[in-house]
Amino acid sequence: MSKVNELLMSRWGPIITGGIVGALAALLVKLGNPGNMGICVACFTRDIAGALGLHHAAVVQYIRPEIAGFILGSFISALIYREYLPRTGSSPLVRFFLGFFAMIGALVFLGCPWRAYLRLSGGDWNAIPGILGLIAGIIIGIFFLWNGYSLGRSYEVKKGSGYIMPLAAVTLIVFLLLAPQFGAGGTGGPVFFSEKGPGAAHAPWIIALGVGLLVGWLAQRSRFCTVGAIRDLVMLKDPHLFNGVLAFIVVAFLVNFALGQFNPGFQGQPVAHTNNLWNFMGMVLSGLCFTLAGGCPGRQFIMSGEGDGDSSIFVLGMLVGAGFAHNFSLASSPNGPGAFGPAATITGIIFCLAVGFLMRERFE
Amino acid sequence: MSEPVIVDAKGLSCPQPVLVTQKTIAQMEGGCVEVHVDTVTSRENVARFARKKGWKVVKEDYGDWQKIILTK
Repeated sequence: MSKVNELLMSRWGPIITGGIVGALAALLVKLGNPGNMGICVACFTRDIAGALGLHHAAVVQYIRPEIAGFILGSFISALIYREYLPRTGSSPLVRFFLGFFAMIGALVFLGCPWRAYLRLSGGDWNAIPGILGLIAGIIIGIFFLWNGYSLGRSYEVKKGSGYIMPLAAVTLIVFLLLAPQFGAGGTGGPVFFSEKGPGAAHAPWIIALGVGLLVGWLAQRSRFCTVGAIRDLVMLKDPHLFNGVLAFIVVAFLVNFALGQFNPGFQGQPVAHTNNLWNFMGMVLSGLCFTLAGGCPGRQFIMSGEGDGDSSIFVLGMLVGAGFAHNFSLASSPNGPGAFGPAATITGIIFCLAVGFLMRERFE
Repeated sequence: MSEPVIVDAKGLSCPQPVLVTQKTIAQMEGGCVEVHVDTVTSRENVARFARKKGWKVVKEDYGDWQKIILTK
């Protein structure tokens, strides 16, 4: 076990994690998850928001056990390796809105960075403008980091505060299995499950949960981060995390190809639209939000499992953002951007620019 | 031997511990720098960066915080 841990902590860690996650993501599609959506941190959080009644888009409501697994896998790993360290206080409200707008951007593109890479590995060329937008957003974030951007320090807090997210994850699993129906006459929420559409497409829950736990553990040990990968490569000329993303894309492509899930083209791709401009702009916003918050959505969930209260707030911002995205016609559909998606994206970018310029600090 | 330069990077998000370390060692031709961080992730990031820049790295684990001693 300690040999495996050493390997995951070495330069091979992100590569091993990326490769395993890429393979598992492609397999989850075979087992029932939506096309090119074996794992999508933003889409899955959006599905959970729908299942809890935070939005009423009937086709995207399901409690994704992968997400609960991420938190619990990371929590268990952090406990075992004595890295469980509850901390918070680094501009939590700003982080909430960074999470909120990261989700808006992701739902304009229809995927987080994880899914952008998975869409590419499945032959969905609409992912290319999205990934270019992601890189552009990260580069804007790097400009702010070079100029002293900081959300300030976090501070250690009571051990118990770090248990909230793992308990929330357990609650989600209980809701998934029991599917309680509250409300008048037991006909209302809080748990809604799609009967058709992407929300109705899912792998068996026990497998999805197992994958989530494994990914949570691997990513906690190796610090796998799909945004930090590009940030560190551009900013520090450090390919440590980027090698993991390359492994993720290559292995997902190979498994997709082997399973007959590689369908190259622009038209008719699963849960995708062909509007290049808003595929690009959505991910500019997401990439910028994730860079300003210090990590990709997967990394935010992993850190929330380690006890990071600020990442937990970011995650809750994503959850609420998903509710707004579908309640206010901000999210895209396969037909293209939602009525107010472009306006919300521009609003989000203005918010991020304001945060980038205003939150500066000098460390001596 | 002169006193080490202390860099307090506790509580900072990625990649700021590396950036403040970079800013400090960029002004030095050699010597000793102590970087204080609170997570193992930050410790490993700072250590990897410093090694690449030719600094010798010693890591010390204090449980709820980490010390990275850089010498050149």
